[in-house]
Amino acid sequence: MDIGKLERIDETVWCIPPTGRMRVPVLIYADEALIRDMDDKVAEQAANVATLPGIVGACYVMPDAHWGYGFPIGGVAAFDPDEGGVVSAGGVGFDISCGVRTLTTGLRREEVEAVKKTLAEALFTTVPAGVGSRGKIRLDDAEMTAMLRGGARWAVERGYGRPEDLERIEEHGCMAGADPAQVSARARERQRREMGTLGSGNHYLEVQVVEQIFDPAVAEVFGLHPGEIVVTIHCGSRGLGHQIASEFLKKMQRAAKAAGIELPDRELACAPIDSPAGQSYLGAMRAGINCALANRQIITHLVRQVFGEFFPEADLKLIYDVSHNTCKQETHEVGGRRRALFVHRKGATRAFGPGHPALPAVFRPVGQPVIIGGSMGTGSYILVGTAESEKRSLSSACHGAGRCLSRRQATKIWQGNEVVAQLERQGVIVRSPSMRGVAEEAPQAYKSVDAVVAAADRAGLAKRVAHLRPLICIKG
Amino acid sequence: MACAPHWEHFEHMADIGIRGYGRTPAEAFAQAAIALTAVITDPSGVQTEEKVAIELERDDGGDLELLLVDFLDAVIYEMAVRKMLFGRFEVTIDDHRLKAVLWGEPVDRQRHQPAVEVKGATYTELKVARTDDGCWLAQCVLDV
Repeated sequence: MDIGKLERIDETVWCIPPTGRMRVPVLIYADEALIRDMDDKVAEQAANVATLPGIVGACYVMPDAHWGYGFPIGGVAAFDPDEGGVVSAGGVGFDISCGVRTLTTGLRREEVEAVKKTLAEALFTTVPAGVGSRGKIRLDDAEMTAMLRGGARWAVERGYGRPEDLERIEEHGCMAGADPAQVSARARERQRREMGTLGSGNHYLEVQVVEQIFDPAVAEVFGLHPGEIVVTIHCGSRGLGHQIASEFLKKMQRAAKAAGIELPDRELACAPIDSPAGQSYLGAMRAGINCALANRQIITHLVRQVFGEFFPEADLKLIYDVSHNTCKQETHEVGGRRRALFVHRKGATRAFGPGHPALPAVFRPVGQPVIIGGSMGTGSYILVGTAESEKRSLSSACHGAGRCLSRRQATKIWQGNEVVAQLERQGVIVRSPSMRGVAEEAPQAYKSVDAVVAAADRAGLAKRVAHLRPLICIKG
Repeated sequence: MACAPHWEHFEHMADIGIRGYGRTPAEAFAQAAIALTAVITDPSGVQTEEKVAIELERDDGGDLELLLVDFLDAVIYEMAVRKMLFGRFEVTIDDHRLKAVLWGEPVDRQRHQPAVEVKGATYTELKVARTDDGCWLAQCVLDV
């Protein structure tokens, strides 16, 4: 990105002041190196978002941002319904409630190293991953409706996981306001055989070791200890979410036109929050969030079964489950008053600080865990929400590393089997149904997650707690 | 002018762009659909033994670009629910509807090595137009 076009506020904050039809500025959180590497399209797309009706504060851009469709990936935008604010299907994205959860195991690294290969094989066989895979669970229409309303709570009621998991999930495992009636027959059909599946692309299941602790006091609250093993699951709402997104992108083209909203980019299609189309999307999207929460809950159950076979004494406890493609109603102080806003986070993680009432009691003294997935084989981070991120980014932080090479470029440079061999030399076992898929997800195709997380930390969006290094990676 | 039907991919950082070229919009759509399959697997490795027909009522107000997104989304839907891949497409478009026949086979994970699942067609870089050499072009970015 051309930094000549930006106003530098401080070391990690850059501003594009409003011009033309922009209603608010764009604020980008990144260090100079990340900004220079960032695509110019990020600035263009964020400026487009800043023109949408009812946007308040700013369009916030996270340090891992890259060119998306309509909204940049790593974009945060909040809208006030009292000022004609809108909700946008493109502002949430195709994989509704795509997210990450991490579980502690209490196991030492040596225990897992001793069975690494067979454990990897068992996880790969048990958790369906990749194109063409099917889950074992088939939902009829009534069960589908119950799942869309209940989320992870539904899953726990059906025997997938434990009641104590629920408070360790955003929204306590069940997104309120879901309206299954707004989810089409086609969206349901796409999901019928996909419950408990990982998907593909950048989705993964990793067995990781806690390699470094940055904040021992918070790490203790989260249950993280150096040298211990954790499991991280990254996936979303599967075919159901994708279908909801596709259908509402189309419906919102018409809704925007009907509401007289001029769109700088068709992908920004949106509808006023207080309109039938806006409410219909919110009901469907929240049902999509529940689908993602149920999906990650079922996969957690499968992971516990596998670990139970290898380590009967191991207790897999959920630290937290975060979503990074959502639109949620939250109260924030903007312009000197508390307002109920609809906060879109597309490739951005909610990062509530200490004392926030939405957090379970265990996290209230310190803030919520913010889980940041790195690229395959390079490690992940757990951060904690800060008090100051409310003012800085409406309590939002980054979500991952972000690509620096396209899939096509990646497959030109790397072969899947070479990537697998190279990672194995580094002590990471990769299991995937597709070697081309592995090449497309090669670690070097992504930005350094270290740099992204360091920038988020310095900007005060969230603070580093622990660094996790993968030992086993199951890719879709 | 002569136009040989063909397809290609173009760069998009997180996702991937597809382009189909043909003598008519319908032929360009069919080529774009092959480009879609090529995001997942080598289309020449997909056996075209099973046939799936799709039909879309046009409610796009004559906008071929919106129709392209509808068509690609319909193909993605059939791939997802049938767990199939398609290697050949025949498309016809009139004022009222689009009809397509998709030839393919169930996903064989060993043989096809499917790289990535396509989530949906986007409106990003969406374009259906005539090119200078007389071809029709149909392109958009897919979310993967």
